Amino acid sequence: MTLRRVAVYAAVLAIAAWVALPLLLITLAAFTPREVLYQWPRPLWPSRFSLDTLAFFLRSTGVWPATLRSVQVAVLTIALSLALAAPAGYALARYAFRGREALQLLILSVKMFPATVLSVPLAVAFIRWGLYDTVVGVAAVHTALSVPFVTAIVTSVFAGVSYELEEAALTLGSSRAQAVLRVTLPMAAPGLAAAAIFTFVLSWNEVFAATILTLDRRTLPALIVDSVLGAGAPLPFRFAGGFFMVVPALIIIFLIRRYLLTLWGVTVR
Amino acid sequence: MAVADADLSAAPARPRVDWTPYLLVVPVVLFLAVFFLYPMAQAIWLAVDDPAGGLTPAHLRRMAADLYFRPALRFTLVITALAVPLQVALGLAIALLVHARFRGHGAFLYLTALPLGISDLAAGLIWLSIFTERGYLNALLQTLGVIAHPVVFLTLERPGWLLAAIVAAEVWRATAIVMVILLAGLQLIPRDYAETAAVFGAGPWQTLRHVILPLLRPSLQTALIIRTILAFQLFATVVALAGRQVPVLAGEAYFWYALYRSPQVASAYAVLILLLSGAVTWVYLRGLAPRAGEGRA
Repeated sequence: MTLRRVAVYAAVLAIAAWVALPLLLITLAAFTPREVLYQWPRPLWPSRFSLDTLAFFLRSTGVWPATLRSVQVAVLTIALSLALAAPAGYALARYAFRGREALQLLILSVKMFPATVLSVPLAVAFIRWGLYDTVVGVAAVHTALSVPFVTAIVTSVFAGVSYELEEAALTLGSSRAQAVLRVTLPMAAPGLAAAAIFTFVLSWNEVFAATILTLDRRTLPALIVDSVLGAGAPLPFRFAGGFFMVVPALIIIFLIRRYLLTLWGVTVR
Repeated sequence: MAVADADLSAAPARPRVDWTPYLLVVPVVLFLAVFFLYPMAQAIWLAVDDPAGGLTPAHLRRMAADLYFRPALRFTLVITALAVPLQVALGLAIALLVHARFRGHGAFLYLTALPLGISDLAAGLIWLSIFTERGYLNALLQTLGVIAHPVVFLTLERPGWLLAAIVAAEVWRATAIVMVILLAGLQLIPRDYAETAAVFGAGPWQTLRHVILPLLRPSLQTALIIRTILAFQLFATVVALAGRQVPVLAGEAYFWYALYRSPQVASAYAVLILLLSGAVTWVYLRGLAPRAGEGRA
């Protein structure tokens, strides 16, 4: 083994440990008995594990409804984002048209100025529109925040489906819409599914807008922030909450690992 | 882009304007007008609107006169200045490692990309389990015999530790985004460039400095812009680790809206974040723009 390769593997191990260790520790904390979390001296590795920290979190007031609401908001966000971004992505992939660059700039600017700037004025408007403290209201904002990512991935997915196949369907007598529905969409399906899954993560994790735009009907992150800031939630609640929020992320990043670069690899100009 | 151009050449002379693409983009444009452009304009209007009619600087003054304003601005800028360079350096290192395709690079990429799916709130709670009074850091120090009693790290008495915890959590979480952007950029650089440099006798550092980094400039620019702007929105990580002991701009927007019931001052904070973001984008686009005759000795 050359010195260079030793250096490469040393760096790889150090970085891998830096990423993995905190994940291991929060998992450990979530399965540590509640009283051990307050114990001193505190053992580095708990002598026994238990489910009561997690059970305490899941039984806390509002956690289940908030979890359910988070899922509802995420599903609605996925539906809205795909309905808006799929046609736009198709247009960006297949047509050269005037205003194309302006549209791309608009979409890119959403990626750069997200939740904080939008939430406060929208909260004021939502009270007027009757959308305040509703699942639909939060989903609408999450859709605005995720549209750039969904459009980017949908555009590249459609660009990856060869246009010849669509043309072949056209010469065989189907209309453009039929060709898209029967030929292009099925081939684009895995990429669209990846976009949907990534949208789920964005919405599941979003804190600021959800906290500002809801009061009684909190999403899970909004509920956790609220109970930490307002009620000073106990440590087991916080650790179990952190772990509970991370688990879907681990699964989802695994599912979409092939598309990670497409989602973010869009340069400013 | 390439595909659209190919489509154009396939249909060279179109007699009339084809309205199809416009119909396809109308929904997203309308949606963004209502849920993005409208609130942006509304934020600015709320920040300067006088309930008695006309415009007023009163809300902006109230924001600037608030006890938390200066610390919030200072902490936001300090955290950004500490975290973003670390994220870019570490992200670049990981991207170069993955790009070098050692054995097991696939698993390494997946592991280092994991934080992409982890929220700022969860990251804050994860690092809280390390830095809290009965946390892993204290347990480690006690096991090593360094301390006998737990140290309270996350308190205003130890501002350095508070900042360190926040920066550590932010670097841990957001380096993945930088890494993925830079890796995507690296893959666009033809491999022969680096090989040619090697043929002409350039070492790995020289190749990185004079061939790879200049070609990576657009990706570096994107990563810097996105990370800096998102650092100005920092909220949940700080809340999880420090509560309001470390005020930040987005947090103050939240407190003014939810606690003091003043959408006007909250909007003033939003507008300040907007202005900072715009300024930073402008500086990065100007400062990192490719210069004419770029060859760079």
